Amino acid sequence: MKYNYFPGCSLEKNAAAYDVSTKAIADPFGLELVEIEDWNCCGATEYISLNLLASYALVARNLAQASKNKDLTQTIAPCSACYLNLRKTDKYMYESSDLNQKVNTALAAGGLSYKPGTQKVRHLLDVVVNDIGFEKIAEKVTKPLTGLRIAPYYGCMIVRPELSISKDSLSFDDPEHPTTLDELLKVLGAEVVDYPLKANCCGGHMTQINDVTAFELLHRLIKGAADYQADLIVTLCPMCQFNLDAFQGPMNRHFGTKFSMPVLYFTQMIGLALGMDAKKLGIGDELIDARPVLAKIGVQVPIPESAKKRPDKEALPMPSPLKNSENISKIKEEIGQ
Amino acid sequence: MTTIQYTQKNNGKKSFLEEVIELTPGKSNLEMCIQCGTCGGSCPSGADMDHTPRAIFQMIFAGMKDIVLKSNTPWYCVSCYYCTSRCPQEIHITDLMYTIKRIAVKENVYDDTTAPDFSKTFINWVENYGRSFELGLMSIHILKHTRLKVFKITEMGMGMVTKGRMSFTPNKIKGLTDLKAILAKAKELEVAG
Repeated sequence: MKYNYFPGCSLEKNAAAYDVSTKAIADPFGLELVEIEDWNCCGATEYISLNLLASYALVARNLAQASKNKDLTQTIAPCSACYLNLRKTDKYMYESSDLNQKVNTALAAGGLSYKPGTQKVRHLLDVVVNDIGFEKIAEKVTKPLTGLRIAPYYGCMIVRPELSISKDSLSFDDPEHPTTLDELLKVLGAEVVDYPLKANCCGGHMTQINDVTAFELLHRLIKGAADYQADLIVTLCPMCQFNLDAFQGPMNRHFGTKFSMPVLYFTQMIGLALGMDAKKLGIGDELIDARPVLAKIGVQVPIPESAKKRPDKEALPMPSPLKNSENISKIKEEIGQ
Repeated sequence: MTTIQYTQKNNGKKSFLEEVIELTPGKSNLEMCIQCGTCGGSCPSGADMDHTPRAIFQMIFAGMKDIVLKSNTPWYCVSCYYCTSRCPQEIHITDLMYTIKRIAVKENVYDDTTAPDFSKTFINWVENYGRSFELGLMSIHILKHTRLKVFKITEMGMGMVTKGRMSFTPNKIKGLTDLKAILAKAKELEVAG
């Protein structure tokens, strides 16, 4: 199974863990990912806010680059925003000959062209669930995630809106009550908690526009998962991971809450269930430490060098936690408890 | 475009409704709005909007261009597509929000510059490098707009840097000259209409 691969800007650095874990699980399942040559940003939700035609041209350049290799007719996008933008441009060009002609005139200025409908754009989750399939995945599970309670979080752009151009390219899951990630996590042995907010929005760029609005959305999502006693949230979008993970601290401060809900990618969970080394899956990159919950399934993640405290313990005359607990037990003995 | 009953022609000048429909790709179905309010009820950031999408649409029908363009509504849209997906009239609400943003920027009519500037900064990186650049984007945006709130996210920023999740330099694509030519041509065609 060979596909074009459109990683998107986030996966280069901020969501490198998603990229690394995707590549790690691709091999055992025979997925061959051919990165689109010299791809560019999809424009996220920003480019179209200021320019209409140029935003389609920006995305279409990627579709044109992807179509250079005639053998590859499917493009995988692991990021929900990239997935939506690529699908939307393809659909709108397919349905409007005027737009198609204009976008192609623009592409021609860069020596490119694209015939709408030639690339079938798919989300990584779709490919994992439908092309690899649960059976094959189940066969390869060696370290099931037994006992881990997971809130499956889809976010918005992977399930909405319907952007198919034919029956063949219909959205792979339900826009209100998606279930594919739930099923996948169950196959991996995890306990999937009921998560009514699974297809709600993380706020996207809202943290930069009005953080209070964004914190409200993040609070709902994290509290929702905590209310159902989830150990962690598993997601499939770099923006969702970034918002829920990196802004969980500022959100806690805003509401005076103390949530500590780790947020990992579904590809990392597949890797763990396959018995892969946590570090090779990019685990440890998250700001909300996932180690305590992963210890539940016997996964040990070494503390990264960068996280080691400086100056070291010996440098300061502070009582160590061990001594403290000894002291407490001594005191308890003394007062007869 | 089909005839729109709501439209009031005034001296052959396009109504605001016609303008919005024309600048939205495909068939927006805006004229089909039945004011049910499913959009506002589904909106995750609706509570913080000046007007819900339903109200915005009615104001567009009424030709209240200034209020619509000055409202924070389109800028608070998080593009989650709940409204679009749930609208019984299949109105492309999210796309319409983008249209309102574009008109507001083009006519330079908006009150709060935070969101438009964020888009501009983002686009600037994309147009000059071909890729987005998070650290550059966030630093410029913070300096311009949220300087006083920076203490709220200092720890987070440090965390991202320590974990190696922030690049210090933007990545540039090889075909940047071609990309620039493509975007310039597209903008030229957009102006030509």
